[in-house]
Amino acid sequence: MKCLIIDDDATARLIVRKLCSAYDSLTIVDEFSNAIDAIKFLNVNSIDAAFLDIHMPTFSGFDFIQTLKNPPRIILTTSDRNFALDAFEYDCVVDYLVKPIAKERFDKAVQKLQNFKTPVDKIDSTTIEKENTGELYVNVDRRLVKISFSNINIIEAKGDYIKIKTNEKNYIVHSTLKKIEDKLPKETFLKVHRSYIINLSKIIDIEDNSVLIKQDVIPVSRSNRSELIKRLNLL
Amino acid sequence: MDTPNFKYIKELSDGDKEFEGKVISILKREFPEELNRFLQNHKRRDYKKSAEDVHKLKHKISILGLVNGYHIAVAFENELKLESDSLYDSFMEVMDQIKLFLKNNPS
Repeated sequence: MKCLIIDDDATARLIVRKLCSAYDSLTIVDEFSNAIDAIKFLNVNSIDAAFLDIHMPTFSGFDFIQTLKNPPRIILTTSDRNFALDAFEYDCVVDYLVKPIAKERFDKAVQKLQNFKTPVDKIDSTTIEKENTGELYVNVDRRLVKISFSNINIIEAKGDYIKIKTNEKNYIVHSTLKKIEDKLPKETFLKVHRSYIINLSKIIDIEDNSVLIKQDVIPVSRSNRSELIKRLNLL
Repeated sequence: MDTPNFKYIKELSDGDKEFEGKVISILKREFPEELNRFLQNHKRRDYKKSAEDVHKLKHKISILGLVNGYHIAVAFENELKLESDSLYDSFMEVMDQIKLFLKNNPS
């Protein structure tokens, strides 16, 4: 099982790492002192489980769980006994360990983890889709910014990032075009080129192999042109 | 009154001296920093941040086997959240104990 350790306390991270080292079945792929960096990691990597501290400055363990669309199995680690009831509100929470973690208690948690049935295949965490609300939250400079679908004009791939152009401003987000495409309503958005997704309702005109949206001329690849034409309400 | 010790760390290490050394070295490095941060925030009467600092110190108190000290820290953290600090002196006694213990124990 590929695991992460997320805790702002270096001693706590070292202790969990040590406890995990007794198990061949657990591989610590990385550790983070804050949840935001862990979310960025999960944007491009998948894991099976996370040992997660609840009480961290700025972004708590619960914020972390709520931010992920498909959270991995979570073993919460905390110095507070008071959050146990809240913790089990989340389907992904396997166990709740109070620090300092005793070895015997940790062993039980690992046993639970290995028998935990909820499948978590993939984590996609840069964006949170709020179903049926027509909006998307994106991670920009450690803040989750809400963007309405109706405000998005164009999304452009920029290496490891995407640029979301809206009516008001542009956002640079660490994600891929594929990931955001999966979260956008298919009836409104279309990938017209390997580097561009457009909001069909924002098209001003179409000429040969390009579309005009506001003042941007967006290329349309030959393979996507027929789909674009199909989606237009042609007279 | 209980005294600080490395019992928990030694139990966990199962003889792994490298691990013991690493934990103690982190404790020695982070404890003074975290205590200092608490003292500064407390001096500024920033109760919210002081409570967060105590929360972080709480883990180190428990690692060092201070059961009573841990309970004092829990109560102090809770009262700081309510903008009160009547347990300040008791908490600082625990901090002084740890300071002295870490100073006298080589990693």
